[in-house]
Amino acid sequence: MRLLALLVLLGPALALRLATTTSVYDSGLLDRLLEAFLRETGIRVQVLAVGTGQALRLAERKDVDAVLVHAPSLEREALARGITAEPYCLAQNAFLLAGPEADPAQVREAENVLEALRRIAAQKAPFVSRGDRSGTHLKELELWEKAGLKPQGPWYLESGAGMGQTLVLAAEKGAYTLTDLATFLTVGKRRGLKALYAREDPLLLNQYAFHLVPGSPGEGEAQRLRAFLASEEAARIVAGLRVEGTPLFAPLRGRCAFPLRP
Amino acid sequence: MPPAEILEIALRSLAVAGGATLLAALFGVPLGLWLALRGGGGVWGRVLLYSGLALPSVVVGLLFYLLLSRSGPLGFLNLLYTPWAMVLAEATLAFPLIAAFVLSGARGRVEEVRLLVRSLGGKERHVLPTLLAESRRTLAAALAAGFGGAISEVGAATLVGGDIRHHTRVLTTAIVVETRMGELHAALALGAVLLGIALLVTAFLVILERE
Amino acid sequence: MILKAEDLTLAFPGFRLRVPRLALAPGEVLVVLGPSGSGKTTLLRLLAGLLPPEGGRVTGGLRVYLPQTPPLLHRSVLDNAAFGLLLHGVPREEARRRAQARLKEVGLEALAHRPAHHLSAGEAARLALARALAVEPEVLLLDEPTANLDPANALRVEALLRRAAEEGRGVVLATHNLFQARRLGHRLLFLHRGEAVEEGPVAEVFAAPKDPRTQAFLRGELVF
Repeated sequence: MRLLALLVLLGPALALRLATTTSVYDSGLLDRLLEAFLRETGIRVQVLAVGTGQALRLAERKDVDAVLVHAPSLEREALARGITAEPYCLAQNAFLLAGPEADPAQVREAENVLEALRRIAAQKAPFVSRGDRSGTHLKELELWEKAGLKPQGPWYLESGAGMGQTLVLAAEKGAYTLTDLATFLTVGKRRGLKALYAREDPLLLNQYAFHLVPGSPGEGEAQRLRAFLASEEAARIVAGLRVEGTPLFAPLRGRCAFPLRP
Repeated sequence: MPPAEILEIALRSLAVAGGATLLAALFGVPLGLWLALRGGGGVWGRVLLYSGLALPSVVVGLLFYLLLSRSGPLGFLNLLYTPWAMVLAEATLAFPLIAAFVLSGARGRVEEVRLLVRSLGGKERHVLPTLLAESRRTLAAALAAGFGGAISEVGAATLVGGDIRHHTRVLTTAIVVETRMGELHAALALGAVLLGIALLVTAFLVILERE
Repeated sequence: MILKAEDLTLAFPGFRLRVPRLALAPGEVLVVLGPSGSGKTTLLRLLAGLLPPEGGRVTGGLRVYLPQTPPLLHRSVLDNAAFGLLLHGVPREEARRRAQARLKEVGLEALAHRPAHHLSAGEAARLALARALAVEPEVLLLDEPTANLDPANALRVEALLRRAAEEGRGVVLATHNLFQARRLGHRLLFLHRGEAVEEGPVAEVFAAPKDPRTQAFLRGELVF
């Protein structure tokens, strides 16, 4: 009886567990990649969509075997502390500033993203932040800091929610927000938000990297997933994901836009 | 979301909540009856029980996460992020609910049943099974309450289940995902299914209680 | 003697129950008479073994106690009647058979499958009696069995009690109804404020009560 229970319990434990962020998960990229991975290796991957902070904490506790995140500063710290290892820069896309058609802060005319933020703050135009220490939130905080601003006041709202929900909130309140391209195309645009600042800007680069968790039970399988993600087929899948003709991601093929190794 | 997946998620919700309710009842019903037999368990018995009712579900979820995590004391069981972990967490939350309902319902009849048993020459040990048989209505209400709590559970379910698609996703966590992605219509549809199940199970319990 | 009590005492707020001796022969009906609050219920419960005495002891055969309003279980009339037998380990089928026979004796066999809670007060009293008789007790202890009943049902119950005594059982009946005491009783025990004031054959006590308290009660003057 005990043996049976053990076997039943071991079953799921032999699957590979990957923690990722909600923006990656919601874009649908993982579904395609992991489907191909399953076909090729027969390994089933269980995906947990949590915040970046939680993903790395799960890695620390070895509750997951790999992570796919987009917060370079936190990733560097995790690598330094040995929580994760062997990072592979998989894909990139861009963040953009979305907002109401009316554009009260005239973000459309800003020269760069920092100036766009300054205009928003000066006008005290409503702005919705993720407020959850996700990759997107950390990028947003980094931009405010670079712009020399400390956003606070009734115009600055923190949703504590995922990107989709945050966009819904922004649309309701006629507010600006920083969003990734994929979620903007799938959720924001449909709710009437406009891409007000969406230019090529190194400051708005969003990089997704895959890390192993050393010493975790599924480390072997995670290695195989890493090998698959580094393959040309994976790169093709990444490049092939489009919404209304616009590609959501660009494959990095291991060439990191933000360096992760010291 | 394709109907097949909705069905899969609904069945999982039903199985996990059902299992949790039964597990909670296994301990909660005897405890409620036992406390009723001892005159309500006194102040301490009730304090313990009622504080169990006030347990925030996320706290239970967090505690189970720390317990079942691979770096936790029970990590070797490999229960984290499986439906079993969800059953455990939900059962823990349903248990004080069921016990409190049973206690409250049985307490009124204990003395009467005890008098009847003893006046006919029976022994004290006959009181509990008789009380159990007399408490059918209370039992149905207790199970309905426990099941309702379990199937609506989202905080603890997410923390210990991980909301993994095709593995530990249930109706409540699926509603959260759809809402997060801004898919409010899909979320509402799932919500309707959840309500439907809750209603069906409650109706089923009421019918059973009448037999 | 199928029931015997010696030096029974029990303290209560307000009075002490004190019954020096009590004896019941098979087939005998002992009426415990007294005003309300005199300790009749307490004495009956002591005799039934439901309360422990502080002093003295009770000995006797199988005793069944019927409170004034007998509790009914949420089951059919038949299953209620069989309940006592089940408590004594009789298998379910046999218990039901024997209970059915008792229901016939008390005139309830037609209602056997009705939910017990649907019964009238008179029917419920007869059900309780059937349930008690089913376990074949040597002594029946009844607390005001007809107090809530209309005259017709009261007489039916009294007839059943008389028959139980004729079958050789001992009956102890608590009442404050003088007429009932006269009709049913062989012997009488008069209780006042917990004290066994007077005892003797019914006709004698009624004709010539020795104690002034008994006299006052029989005259209708002693209310408590």
